[in-house]
Amino acid sequence: MSRKMTGAQILIESLLKENVEMVFGLPGGQALPIFDAIHGSKLNFILTRHEQAASHMADGYARSTGKPGVCIVTSGPGATNIVTGLATAYMDSVPMVAFTGQVSTSVIGQDAFQEADTTGITRPVTKHNFLVKDVKDLAKTIKEAFYIASTGRPGPVLVDIPVDVQRGVCEFVYPDKAEIRSYKPNYNGHPGQIKKAAEIINKSERPVLYIGMGVIVSAACDEILEISKKADIPVTNTLLAAGAYPYDSELSLNMLGMHGTYYANKAVQAADVIIAVGARFDDRCTGKVCDFAKKSKIIHIDIDPTAISKVVDIDIPVVGDAKTVLKEMVSLIDKKERKEWIEKIGVWKKEHPLSYEKNDDKIHPQYVIEKISELTKGEAIVTTEVGQHQMWAAQYYKPKAPRLFLSSGGLGTMGFGYPAGIGAKFANPDKEVVVIAGDGSFQMNMQEMAIAVLNGVNVKTVILNNQYLGNVRQWQEMFYGKRYSHTCLAKRKDCPPLCNTPDRDKCPVYVPDFVKWAESYSALGIRVTKKEDVEPAIKKILEADCPAVLDVWVEIEENIFPMVPAGASLDDIMVRMNG
Amino acid sequence: MRHTISVLVENKFGVLARISTLFAARGFNIDSLAVGETEDSAISRMTIVVKGDDSVLEQVTKQLNKLVDVIKVNDFNGVEYVERGLALVKINAPKAVRAEIFKMAGIFRTRVVDIAQDSLTVEVTGGEDKIEAFIEAASSYGIKEVCRTGVVALSRGNKQ
Ligand SMILES: Cc1ncc(C[n+]2csc(CCOP(=O)(O)OP(=O)(O)O)c2C)c(N)n1
Ligand SMILES: [Mg+2]
Repeated sequence: MSRKMTGAQILIESLLKENVEMVFGLPGGQALPIFDAIHGSKLNFILTRHEQAASHMADGYARSTGKPGVCIVTSGPGATNIVTGLATAYMDSVPMVAFTGQVSTSVIGQDAFQEADTTGITRPVTKHNFLVKDVKDLAKTIKEAFYIASTGRPGPVLVDIPVDVQRGVCEFVYPDKAEIRSYKPNYNGHPGQIKKAAEIINKSERPVLYIGMGVIVSAACDEILEISKKADIPVTNTLLAAGAYPYDSELSLNMLGMHGTYYANKAVQAADVIIAVGARFDDRCTGKVCDFAKKSKIIHIDIDPTAISKVVDIDIPVVGDAKTVLKEMVSLIDKKERKEWIEKIGVWKKEHPLSYEKNDDKIHPQYVIEKISELTKGEAIVTTEVGQHQMWAAQYYKPKAPRLFLSSGGLGTMGFGYPAGIGAKFANPDKEVVVIAGDGSFQMNMQEMAIAVLNGVNVKTVILNNQYLGNVRQWQEMFYGKRYSHTCLAKRKDCPPLCNTPDRDKCPVYVPDFVKWAESYSALGIRVTKKEDVEPAIKKILEADCPAVLDVWVEIEENIFPMVPAGASLDDIMVRMNG
Repeated sequence: MRHTISVLVENKFGVLARISTLFAARGFNIDSLAVGETEDSAISRMTIVVKGDDSVLEQVTKQLNKLVDVIKVNDFNGVEYVERGLALVKINAPKAVRAEIFKMAGIFRTRVVDIAQDSLTVEVTGGEDKIEAFIEAASSYGIKEVCRTGVVALSRGNKQ
């Protein structure tokens, strides 16, 4: 039984068939038929204040659930506003489907009002995109969009729908399956390659597992745990794979790379075999590529063939789904103790654990995150913005499970964390969601507080307020002679132009007042300027029955360590300033 | 190293843009590109000539394969294949040297397709070497204009 429907109705019905629980977005002229069809329908639509935020909310929804996030926006400026969200999702392999309104097919190319070449603009930042020119193709295209977004290496897919197609009428039949002859992701690894990889692992003395987002995407955390325990293989994770391996296990090396741990970087450089799983050798992980793990053979398990040997030459590639491949591999891996190797790592761990000054009364940002970790028992979903606070969050928040640490890794998008946190809370109303924000990044999407308040989405935000674009300031301090060019967020026109001596008592009053900002939305706002107030304030916002913002005035010029300077080898890791 | 790759793609709106965006975004250079329908009108074949070492070629091939609209990618390196391009070459041809040019055109097995007051236009088909050799030879008379297609290629023998 099929019915005649308009394109707009077909879109809504298709989303319901895909079991889409919620859609984020904002209307406009070239999406009016769609929004008319949404009105009074079963589709749960969430109106945001900025389309960029809608795309990040869809992303936060997707990262926290594994299901594709969906947004709908209008043509032209609506579409260009989601480009950052698409690029963010694309870099981090997040399944997302974005729908954009478009001018009528009859005027495409005529620079019509609010026309933009949306498929052209988004081509390099989507896994695939479509311009639907005939309403008869719409249902099939939507089916394909969801299929492409959520299979293989996931990613964002955009569907551009001209307004006349939204109004057009045809029979609605939603296909059961997407069949795309040119798109057939391969999940099974080659048995010969798997065997070879296992042999090399069995012979190795100093193996390291290097795991990325792919492990979370394919739900392969148990297999990683099993292999690492069985064969005594230490595990290091990328930023995106935080929570994929038990943080406090003896075999955990925590994060590697630029702001990774001393011991993770040492272990990678000393390894004789690296087993990369669902990770893509990002330059933030490898440091100087020609010096990366020079003594090591490299095995790379990844579903994306282009990830293999893109950056680092791979000795044994295995193209396939991480879980499927590892399941095959487990039985081929010898049970083995690697005492010497684990002891060596133990020594590195003792030599330079993650550390900061704990014995003074200053508010070190790391302390705030440790408290968040303790008070939430690592069970909260934490999202971050981008900057120093993000790296401290990665170092000191201990997520108990995968999909509890959501951060823009590949693109490093300031403005991601707050809307992504809201999206995650929408998706997980029973979980605590804490946004760890920088004072700079938070200002990029803090208008979304309206959405949290209006929908009773009780996201808790902790701003590590250092009155700087701190991450950039750190680089200016270390590599540009402390010339703080345009990184101070308190600076007014009568400040000394070359000021590099911030001082909370003397600097101009910081704006905005984040407490008043929160209060203006009838959310809870608290400011903390003393160390002893930090813990009670975190408790208070966690207990609050409304969205809340905690503005913590942390040490201004605290720096992130360890650090591998950009372009340097992992061997050149600095554990403290000038050290 | 020069590689000729053959890419079967869905004959859809925007596919050429996807391929050229990919080359531009990844910093790969295209030497030439030719597109046309195949025996199946739903499928087009793009013949792309690129230069680069093996690792570049490996990335190009894999990235092309990753595009959703790409059905199949073949690198002709190491297989028997035929390759043809076409060039139209307009040569200065005052009466005095016309006969000579006709003779040269004959030797290269090309065809004169237009005769004007003081120029001749010659159609050259063949592999890139032949086309280049002809242009080189013709340049001694003075070349007014050249227009070349990208090469098209098919493997020899049975269908791959
Ligand atoms: C959209 C965007 N613009 C610029 C940058 C470059 N950038 C990286 S970190 C950073 C500073 C972030 O400041 P803040 O949010 O206060 O965090 P902090 O480093 O102070 O913790 C900047 C500007 C970026 N990552 N994203
Ligand atoms: Mg800051």
